[in-house]
Amino acid sequence: MLDIECAGAEVEETIKRIQSQKGVQGIIIVNAEGIPIKSTLDNSSTVQYAGNVHQLLMKARGMVRDIDPQNDLTFLRVRSKKNEIMIAPDKDYFLIVIQNPTE
Amino acid sequence: MSVSHKVGTMKSKQDEEEGLDTAEGEEWMQGKTLVKPPDQLDLTEAELNEEITRVLKASNPNAPQNVVRYSFKEGCYKPIVFVDQMAIHFELEGNLVHKESDEGRRLMAKQAEVDDGGGVERPDNVAIKAAKREQKLTNQFNFNERASQTLNNTPRDISCQTEPPPRANFSATANQWEIYDFYVEELQRREKSKEKHEGQFLNKEEDKSKKKMIQAETQNDDISQLAKVVKIIERMVNQNIFDDVAQDFMYFEDASDEFRGEKGTLLPLWTFQYDKAKSLSVTALCWNHKYNDLFAVGLGSHEFTQQGGGMLLFYTLKNPSYPEFIFNTASGVMCLDIHEHLSYLVAVGLYDGCVAVYNLKKKTDQPIYNSRASSGKHTSAVMQVKWQKDDLDSNHNFISVSADGRLVSWTLVKVQIQMTFVKCLRKTTSYNVKLNKCVFFIGLVGTSLDFHKQKDYSFLVGTEHGKIHKGSKYYSSKFLEKYDAHFMNVTRVKWNPFHPDVFISCGWDWMVKIWDQTMKSPVFTFELKTSVTDVAWAPYSSTVFAAVTTDGKVHVFDLNINKYEALCQQKVVSKKTKLFNIEFNPVHPIIIVGDDRGHVTSLKLSPNLRKKPKVGDALILCIEKPTH
Repeated sequence: MLDIECAGAEVEETIKRIQSQKGVQGIIIVNAEGIPIKSTLDNSSTVQYAGNVHQLLMKARGMVRDIDPQNDLTFLRVRSKKNEIMIAPDKDYFLIVIQNPTE
Repeated sequence: MSVSHKVGTMKSKQDEEEGLDTAEGEEWMQGKTLVKPPDQLDLTEAELNEEITRVLKASNPNAPQNVVRYSFKEGCYKPIVFVDQMAIHFELEGNLVHKESDEGRRLMAKQAEVDDGGGVERPDNVAIKAAKREQKLTNQFNFNERASQTLNNTPRDISCQTEPPPRANFSATANQWEIYDFYVEELQRREKSKEKHEGQFLNKEEDKSKKKMIQAETQNDDISQLAKVVKIIERMVNQNIFDDVAQDFMYFEDASDEFRGEKGTLLPLWTFQYDKAKSLSVTALCWNHKYNDLFAVGLGSHEFTQQGGGMLLFYTLKNPSYPEFIFNTASGVMCLDIHEHLSYLVAVGLYDGCVAVYNLKKKTDQPIYNSRASSGKHTSAVMQVKWQKDDLDSNHNFISVSADGRLVSWTLVKVQIQMTFVKCLRKTTSYNVKLNKCVFFIGLVGTSLDFHKQKDYSFLVGTEHGKIHKGSKYYSSKFLEKYDAHFMNVTRVKWNPFHPDVFISCGWDWMVKIWDQTMKSPVFTFELKTSVTDVAWAPYSSTVFAAVTTDGKVHVFDLNINKYEALCQQKVVSKKTKLFNIEFNPVHPIIIVGDDRGHVTSLKLSPNLRKKPKVGDALILCIEKPTH
């Protein structure tokens, strides 16, 4: 139990650190059903990001595993003109970070 | 001809009419010539005069003449001679019916009815009707006919409907990877069930684990599962921020080195700092051999007067903004070493004389072994620790040298750490006190220790007085050799990783000296302008080494290229910052230097500094050439 609590605190701390890094605009944590459970952006943006990213992630993961079932997706970067969206999936959750890398 | 006569006789009376007739007759007669049809047979006169007999028969020429019938008596087919010879040419069925026949009478009765139908029907015509219905003979006076009708039930429609079975919509995808996942899970389940059969008391444990699982699940949305993912994201974010640095690290090769002659430069890459370590200075650095981007930093203080706590940090090049592992120690860390094969074991020597071993796999902050409680621990700061090969019982062990003048071997036996005295550094004149077979001298302060790469029983110890002692693990009483190296503290001795006889030493007397172990005097001597705090051989070349000094400069030498001067002398930290440690990365062309502010700076070596010698062992050639 202690381990889980420590891990939770560590995760919180890491998220705070990421949030304070240069150029990071927002962090969203989404659970397996596509419902955002934690976010630093406003509600409408969060919901939009979560929904769209969820579909993209399923597609990307399906593609990687289709080609080789022993493989799995580690992360996905979507670089656009204005910013970069980084998506890292887990078994039950996934994390979205929006960063503007060149400030 | 006769016709013409008749016509002739009436001629006198009807001239005009007869004249026409005669004309017609004549014409008709004239036309009466024989005309042959085109398909008539051409026969000769003889054939024409032939007499052909024609006979009339009573038999039907179309009747079959070869009818056979199977005779069961004789068991064979027998022809029937007598065949019906009647040939019907025309048949017409008539519709006349005889008056007296049944059908005739019926028809006659019907006819009469129809005629009577025009008149009004009278009830006392029963007689007539009775006469018509001749078939049914009934009693005229006493006949009753009754009819009744059964009750027709009103028709009803009854239907019943059963409750439909519960339905649910199910949809799923069957991909190759879903099938693979399922098989993997199935395999795991089978293995678990095998283990279940083998163990008997596992049931209770399973219940406990199930309870734990339930508890963990009820904390739903527990984001502690995200630890790995969050780490990945943090590294990605850092990669983006330090994108140019990462690109430089991987790909930048300074092209101007071609024009610089022999000289090279150091390109600053990342700077690693931890804000809680601001007051501490870097005392030890070590790269991890298994994971080439991970390195350990020991933080403490070199000053005698400013002793406080210490820290052990692990950084990775993938995340320059925050350390991967953080351990707080009670006193300042003076030295550390990472085990060559088991890269999660770290031995740390502290200022208060304790040695500790940390296991990176465990999540706790505490070391797994600590020599605080054991007897025979060092009484003064531990200056260097080095891991050794596992002993015969395959226990891990390491050797430490400390400022109290003793060389001690520590063995990790299960839970505790055991000390085995190896040697003590002795002065020439002192008194001895016997303790447990070992001779205990008040000896010299050992400051540095290094073990030979190939012959790992042979080691070098540098002392505060400037002497270097070469010893062997098998001779615990005496040292094999003694070199008068420096006038002041020897800060580092290191064996050359390629050449078996060469080692390097540096000290506070501004000197860096290269020795051949067979010779009493150094082969090369370099003077740098200030006290040299650390020196390291390069892992890719036997002739390249680098040294750091207290004025913040890094000096890189390549004996193959230039035996007298450094190829690079570059100040890498801001003013008045002293550099204390330097280490080469085993794989990548970078070095890390630690300073007294607690920062670690990584620098990339330019191509001129990275030249690999082409000939086998260039160092031998350098040494054998007459230089001194």
